[in-house]
Amino acid sequence: MADLKTLVLGRQNAADLEHDRDQEHELPHELMTVNMGPSHPAMHGTVRIVLTVDGERVVKGDIQPGYLHRCFEKEAEYATFTQVFPYTDRLNYVSPMINNVGWAMAVEKLMGITKDIPRRAEYVRVIVSEVSRITDHLTCVGASAMELGAFGPFLFFLKAREWLYSLLEEVSGARLTHTYVRVGGVCKDLPDGWTVKLLRRLDEISGVIVEVETLLNNNKIFRDRTAGIGVFSKEDTIAWGCTGPIARAAGVDYDVRKDHPYSVYPELEFDVPVGTTGDCFDRYLVRMEEIKQSMRMLRQACAQIPDGPIMIDDPRCALPPKSHAYNTIESMIRHFKHIVDGIRVPAGEAYAFVEGGNGELGFFVVADGTGRPYKAYCRSPSFVHLASAQKLILGHLIADIVPIFGMINMIGGECDK
Amino acid sequence: MSQKTLDALKAKFGDAITATESQHGDEVAYVRRDKLTEVATWLRDDRAMAFDMPVFVTCIDLLDWRPIKAPGQPSSTRPEWDPTGAGATPRFEVCWQLRSLAHRHRLRLKVAVAESDLKVPSLTPLWQAFGWQERETFDMYGIEFQGHHDLRRIYLYDEFIGHPLRKDYPKEKRQPLVRRSDLLGDH
Repeated sequence: MADLKTLVLGRQNAADLEHDRDQEHELPHELMTVNMGPSHPAMHGTVRIVLTVDGERVVKGDIQPGYLHRCFEKEAEYATFTQVFPYTDRLNYVSPMINNVGWAMAVEKLMGITKDIPRRAEYVRVIVSEVSRITDHLTCVGASAMELGAFGPFLFFLKAREWLYSLLEEVSGARLTHTYVRVGGVCKDLPDGWTVKLLRRLDEISGVIVEVETLLNNNKIFRDRTAGIGVFSKEDTIAWGCTGPIARAAGVDYDVRKDHPYSVYPELEFDVPVGTTGDCFDRYLVRMEEIKQSMRMLRQACAQIPDGPIMIDDPRCALPPKSHAYNTIESMIRHFKHIVDGIRVPAGEAYAFVEGGNGELGFFVVADGTGRPYKAYCRSPSFVHLASAQKLILGHLIADIVPIFGMINMIGGECDK
Repeated sequence: MSQKTLDALKAKFGDAITATESQHGDEVAYVRRDKLTEVATWLRDDRAMAFDMPVFVTCIDLLDWRPIKAPGQPSSTRPEWDPTGAGATPRFEVCWQLRSLAHRHRLRLKVAVAESDLKVPSLTPLWQAFGWQERETFDMYGIEFQGHHDLRRIYLYDEFIGHPLRKDYPKEKRQPLVRRSDLLGDH
């Protein structure tokens, strides 16, 4: 041992070491600028951070989004109200159903038909939204764990996510870009026996969640990397406009589904998990609990879903049935007008918001009485949360940016619009 | 829903609130530009108001605003845009949406901005979350937020000319940083 000490430290005995400690000088250092992203695996390829670091510690982080900007709002102004649905799919592409519902609700609010949506349609919307919320959280937790080196949970969760995606594919015909919801309802009914399949899958997913919780909850590496990292106080969370799991992890008891109830959420029983510390580990716990709550809601919704129409019986926004469109001139013209001119939405403006996977997802729509939105603004939670990341990463190590980013669950499509 | 908020605002600030309206359960207050900071500060700090959570900032370009009124629909408080420019109607409306977590009420503040003078006070010093959204509004509409600590483009690059969400910016217009001809040319 003595030889080793000599070799490593260049000192012969312990007294010399004591002497050295008295002579300790700080290493000369200066601030350094480091570029992180956009081509960085943890930045999802869409965000660049210009970091000013003091050693390993972040002094300033200039976060630059926009690499995935696809002009959602400009394109929406030129599309009919129905044609905007495919664009909303591409906002948060991990939970497109919730975006669809958000957009439909904004237009319905403008048309004043919010209360008239058939109950079956509302239930279908809630079911697909909650399935989407689960896929969103599965992706977030799985990817974050992978970025911290735990590859197993990622594979388990992606397997489970794929089950749900294939169920949504059965409903809508597309695995990812569903375009399933319409103004006034949904475009087609759930396939026969679909809810039975869903319930069976939910049981299997419960098992997967237990597996992943076993792997992560008491995993020393995972806890060391997330507990106490990226702590946000309750006040900061509110001032930075954070909603969703980030706000709830910090103890802000705000969930759009409870606080501004929409659709048939008041008829379902569920709890809103709230954290205490506001760090990345609490965000993880909140997301895991929300998956369980969503499954609880889905079980209730599948049991309660009534029979009936899935589209509002209102000629202003519902397409005529095909048998009419092919056989009567009036229905054919109505069909044509709906497709070409779009749904006529009365002039006005409205802000409608839903609880997205990441927080409050809102659409602010201005209509001028034509079939196309005069203005469509998307209040995307990812954008707001990414802004708060500037504050979250301060004082942390560069390596800590990865869990902070992962748990914010910044979705490029939604953030950059 | 929270008509009380609008009434309280009018009672407190009188002339500074040029108009109010309630549409589909959303409350809107048009505020005079020079009074905006004062009104917003009161909204944040007054206990009965307590608008603690910022929601979004955006802007409406009224250049093409010629609404088709449905029969029986009440006319909006917003005056119609005068394309000749002779009227006093400003072209832009900047909107700040606020929410109170404690009282569960919401409010949209609006300030009318003329094209010739695009300055409005920034509310970022009051609600930090507006920082990026005001940058976005600056990027897309060219509204200059006075007192913003870091007013830069956010989605687009610095070399970009114009503001794409303005109604007079053609949808087809492209401004690539690297032109196609550069890529196809001789090297």
